[in-house]
Amino acid sequence: MANILAVDDSASLRQMVAFTLKSQGHNVTEAADGQQGLNAAKSTKFDLVVTDVNMPIMDGISMIRELRKLPNYRGTPLLMLTTESGVDKKQEGKAAGATGWIVKPFNPDKLLGVVKRVLG
Amino acid sequence: MSIDISQFLNVFYEESFEGLAVMEQGLLGLDPDAVDGEAINAIFRAAHSIKGGAGTFGLNEVSEFTHTMETLLDEIRDGARGVTTSSINVLLRATDCIQHLLKASQEGSDVDQATIETVSSELEQLLSSEDETDSDKVSVDPHGDSLDQTLQIDSESMRVWSISFKPAPYLFTTGNDPVRLFSELADMGDVDIVTHTSRLPDFNDLDPEQCYLDWSLTLRASVEKSAIEEVFEWVEGDCELSIELSQDTALEKTMVTDETASEPESAPAENGPSPIKDTQTRAPQQKTTQAKAQKKANVAENSSIRVGIDKVDHLINLVGELVITQSMLGQLGEVFEINALEQLKDGLAQFERNTRELQESVMRIRMIPISFAFNRFPRLVHDVSAKLGKKVDLQVSGEETEVDKTVIEKIIDPLVHLVRNAVDHGIEAPNARLASGKPEAGTVTLSAAHRGGNIVIEITDDGAGLKREKILGKAFEKQIITEDDGERMTDDDVYNLIFHPGFSTADTISDVSGRGVGMDVVRSNIRELGGTVEINSTEGQGSTILVRLPLTLAILDGQTVAIGEETYIVPLASIIESIQIKPSQINMVAGKGETFKLRDSFIPIVRLHDIFDIKNSIQELSEGLLVIVEDSNGPKGIFVDRLLGQQQVVIKSLDANYKKIPGFSGATILGDGSVALIIDIPEMLRLATQSGPAITYPLTA
Repeated sequence: MANILAVDDSASLRQMVAFTLKSQGHNVTEAADGQQGLNAAKSTKFDLVVTDVNMPIMDGISMIRELRKLPNYRGTPLLMLTTESGVDKKQEGKAAGATGWIVKPFNPDKLLGVVKRVLG
Repeated sequence: MSIDISQFLNVFYEESFEGLAVMEQGLLGLDPDAVDGEAINAIFRAAHSIKGGAGTFGLNEVSEFTHTMETLLDEIRDGARGVTTSSINVLLRATDCIQHLLKASQEGSDVDQATIETVSSELEQLLSSEDETDSDKVSVDPHGDSLDQTLQIDSESMRVWSISFKPAPYLFTTGNDPVRLFSELADMGDVDIVTHTSRLPDFNDLDPEQCYLDWSLTLRASVEKSAIEEVFEWVEGDCELSIELSQDTALEKTMVTDETASEPESAPAENGPSPIKDTQTRAPQQKTTQAKAQKKANVAENSSIRVGIDKVDHLINLVGELVITQSMLGQLGEVFEINALEQLKDGLAQFERNTRELQESVMRIRMIPISFAFNRFPRLVHDVSAKLGKKVDLQVSGEETEVDKTVIEKIIDPLVHLVRNAVDHGIEAPNARLASGKPEAGTVTLSAAHRGGNIVIEITDDGAGLKREKILGKAFEKQIITEDDGERMTDDDVYNLIFHPGFSTADTISDVSGRGVGMDVVRSNIRELGGTVEINSTEGQGSTILVRLPLTLAILDGQTVAIGEETYIVPLASIIESIQIKPSQINMVAGKGETFKLRDSFIPIVRLHDIFDIKNSIQELSEGLLVIVEDSNGPKGIFVDRLLGQQQVVIKSLDANYKKIPGFSGATILGDGSVALIIDIPEMLRLATQSGPAITYPLTA
């Protein structure tokens, strides 16, 4: 079972992501913004990071950029949650080092499908 | 695998309402001339979160509506569009609509479609006006177009796809792994994989973090090309990929390489979820709708509260200390010797301290900052003053003052009324203000503070103040008082007339305030909460309204009184004084029963032992005590045998545990374990005067 970090400023979405992943037996750590996420990632090694893009303090793409600089996260799957209108954001995220994205709105099944793609 | 996402709906509603408050506050603070980037960002983020959540939780109406708003905000954020007062107003109305839609979905109530459509078209208009940026608006409903694709797939027969995949050496650093991609393809159908090792260098030159392999795959599955492309969506630009149909009548071939990757439009799945996944999306959303319908009934009781983690931690800490004290006392009790008495006393003292602290902390959980109530006032003042053509600055202070959630919820309506009155009746029109040498813009100050065990809310305006003559004139006209009374009344007494039922001084009745059903309702609502309201005013300089409320409704300071062998609790807040009277002070007044003379006035006496039908109590007025209390009709003397003591009592609901008994607001458990009823003074006095004394209560419980 994997160690997963879920970063989102929206508590409802974060809880949904966490709950869904926990239901599959994963360990999930929650963070409310990019800075918190980054701090958590520095203290524990996660196998997967799922992050929202628009967040206060530090946005998801900046967090991904910072994470990729850490030796522990060179090859770690980093997924971002983005909206259908965020075509530019996907490219920006990819350039920052994101592995892929989940398009909002999404449901738990879709989330699990995407997580499966990176965790197996 | 299905997860019921409706369980997160409540959290979503709550944070959305918070988000809306942030948006409203931000919008009200926006200055069209100097747009604050961070403020726009915060508004945008809130709208964005609401939209994202609404889409996920199946509230498509909300997400659709918010989408237009978000697009508009996005353009403002990017500087592609300016901010005008009118666009701020449209955006404000839009936040109202979102709130309305969310409320409707939360409570299962009806949606006011007309308003939503009006505001929605206003937003569209705004969006299509001047600085139009993108003509290709992104489809909001991802289901619309993908449904066709779903149908197409169903009609597809088995196809054989040839895929060539040559990843860039750095592929692993993006977090993608070819093996995962292949296993996803394998989920679609049969896959044959051939690995090419031609790029593999000598072992000495090999960098273990690089990808040197490339693959040819053959997939036999009844899938569209777009589904396969979606699997490789994330590695687009990091690989050479070709997907070819090898056995099909319609032969097509597409190359997705680094060159085409610079045109994101070429990826078909960009604008919505893939067709296959989308069919799965539908079922849980329908479930949400059903769950919503079920929830409709119990929505009222289902209120929740968000508690700061520090408060919870503090509680846990205290419980920990309590456990330590308990085990210490337990140890003492096992082998108790008389010389351990001192230790036992210490332990019990510690135990008491722990309990008290625990109680205080638990009470604090219910406390929320009064900003919860104050936050709506900038908007209210903005709207009301705009409607009246006045200029008003609202100043708020002490918004971090914490009050019980129930108190806050119940004080909102009276406060709205008072603030609205201050703007409508208090602040003068700009001309009148300039004429009397005041600044053009009036100031309304709203403040809250803890004083003693109470919270005091002050609403001050620097307007015209109350006019004694005008109020008196109105009072004579409405026959509330006689002219003689008017002569003798102090200014404060006159001002308090505005709390009289059916009193309104506005010359014209506007739709903002002043239907004459206002202030008396305000006062009775505040009284119901165990609070008081006072008014101070100086003609020409403004008025101050002082609302005093208890911090909580769950605990009250009570005076225990004895009547016969029964014990009752009288809320300390409603007691003015308690006195012993002489027989000479007692008068019988025809039609009014017993009264007694206190200083210059005659005060009716209410014999509680008659009302409660208690036989063995003191009958002689001079032997017992009179507790003077006050309701809207002036002071009354409640006759009791004796006062026992003052203590904080925890209010237990009678409705919940037994049934509602008129005249009592609840019950509590005393130190000796017996139950005492808490007298609801205004209600009890109303009952006493209504039915007269000697009407017995069915108190058999």
